[in-house]
Amino acid sequence: MMQTATATLPHRPQVRPLPVSSVKTESQVHAGQIKIATRGLNFYYADQQALFDNELEIAANQVTAIIGPSGCGKSTHLRTYNRIFELYRGQRVSGEVLLDGQNILDGDCDVLELRRKIGMIFQKPTPFPMSVFDNIAYGLKQHYHINRSELRDRVETALQQAALWDEVKDKLNHPGTALSGGQQQRLCIARAIAIEPEILLMDEPTSAVDPIATARIEELIDTLKKRYTIVIVTHNMQQAARISDYTAFFYQGRIVEFGATDKIFTNPDNQQTEDYITGRFG
Amino acid sequence: MQTKSHINFDPAFRWLTLAGGLAILFLVGSICYTLIIGAMPALKKFGIGFLFSQSWDPAFKEFGALSSVYGTLVSTAIGMLIAVPLSLVIALFLVELAPPAVSRLVGGAIELLAAIPSIIYGMWGLFVFAPFLADHVQPWLTSVAPGLPLFQGPPIGIGMLAAGIILALMVLPFITSVTRDVFQMVPEVVKESAYGMGSTTWEVTRKVTLPYGIQGVVGACFLGLGRAIGETMAVTFVIGNRHEISASLFAAGNSIASTLANEFTEASDDLYLAALIELGLVLFGITLVIQFIARWWLRRTARKLGAVR
Repeated sequence: MMQTATATLPHRPQVRPLPVSSVKTESQVHAGQIKIATRGLNFYYADQQALFDNELEIAANQVTAIIGPSGCGKSTHLRTYNRIFELYRGQRVSGEVLLDGQNILDGDCDVLELRRKIGMIFQKPTPFPMSVFDNIAYGLKQHYHINRSELRDRVETALQQAALWDEVKDKLNHPGTALSGGQQQRLCIARAIAIEPEILLMDEPTSAVDPIATARIEELIDTLKKRYTIVIVTHNMQQAARISDYTAFFYQGRIVEFGATDKIFTNPDNQQTEDYITGRFG
Repeated sequence: MQTKSHINFDPAFRWLTLAGGLAILFLVGSICYTLIIGAMPALKKFGIGFLFSQSWDPAFKEFGALSSVYGTLVSTAIGMLIAVPLSLVIALFLVELAPPAVSRLVGGAIELLAAIPSIIYGMWGLFVFAPFLADHVQPWLTSVAPGLPLFQGPPIGIGMLAAGIILALMVLPFITSVTRDVFQMVPEVVKESAYGMGSTTWEVTRKVTLPYGIQGVVGACFLGLGRAIGETMAVTFVIGNRHEISASLFAAGNSIASTLANEFTEASDDLYLAALIELGLVLFGITLVIQFIARWWLRRTARKLGAVR
């Protein structure tokens, strides 16, 4: 059963007007700046500690991959960034998650606005029970004052950015659930980027889709990083090597090694990392 | 190791299940047939006019179903109008918001409510709830809206509103427990992704949880409706049992089921009995029509939202 911590959710602030330009120009991009940093991050499922003193820095407009064996805390770590874990009783966190220098774990952080800024893609595609169009319009209508024609434009833009427009432009009124698995996952990406996030969290986004769809999503991630900071959890090391700029290796809730992907995969400092990426365990 | 020889029960099992399925068809068919045969004298005498006549006079052998049908539909409508929103709110509270301990406690209480026999509801309605309506609710309503025919009539408590409210209480646990199960089946990851977009609990509930479970919710509502429309004992206690249509919610009326319960033992001649059986046939027809509407509506929403299951 899902338990929600409504009491802790503040009321939504005034719905804000849509920013003039949704597309950031290249000049606004400061690749390499620290977008998210965790400081002494610990996580507990009831009495069970799952993360131990995680220190990690996520570079803006780069792809950071989190790898490690099952149950090592990859997803748990990711789920602190948008505080989604708070939906469940008994899940606790301590330490700091700094987004642009602000600790988002503070009580006065606006969770709804935080989650607008930080989109999340899950392992399985999660289209909402509504049409393709409404799936994308859902978040837009919630977060922005927007008229119908603008809504149409934004939906189209989001679908184009997710490389899905050509496949669904004649099916906008079809249920989102009627699309193929790979299309559904790109629909979820379109839905997330429609509300102009700054960061995309992807929790094994290709583990439930076929290899061709995986290739398309990986391609998409490469184009999306121009506009968004991407953190991807993956159990697929080749994928991490292919698409990421930085890689963090997690083991038993600790960050064993973190660095440029090239270095991690060619010349890791840590023996455990080397054992894992060469397939000796995990 | 020696191989084990199988006896294949599958053909026998197939026949057994087929027989079970056919038994249902036979049952429905024979009930329908019996009702039609039993109602034949009344059907011949009154024809279609039976449905539109308000007079019910056993002494002069004049029988019309209108007031009973009206009472059935109105009391059920009142009951559903109260029960459906209330059930949804309770189910959503239990699934989405309540702490586990509260959820268990309230959930248990609701199941207890479902276990109370309808005669208890009827007695409680007659001895406790109707006097309360008469002493407090009706005087207040007439003072707020004087002259409104909806609230006119002697303050005796029993009547259409009392029947509707009792019906609401009776179907509430059914609708609540089914909708609760439906909401629990919505995958957490779908709700998570809605929360992950910065939605409030209300938005997630209205736009995701509810549409996701809408088929089950509608199914639950029709289950409740089916119970309410044929509910006999409790309604007979509080509806007032008068063959008359009144605009007032506080006027005594009757329903098909209450008429049958009250008058079956008094039916002295064949036509009277046939008229009562025809009433039963009408009730059967009404539930059939509701079933068809429900199915049509479910198919429509399934197409619109996509088959989520």
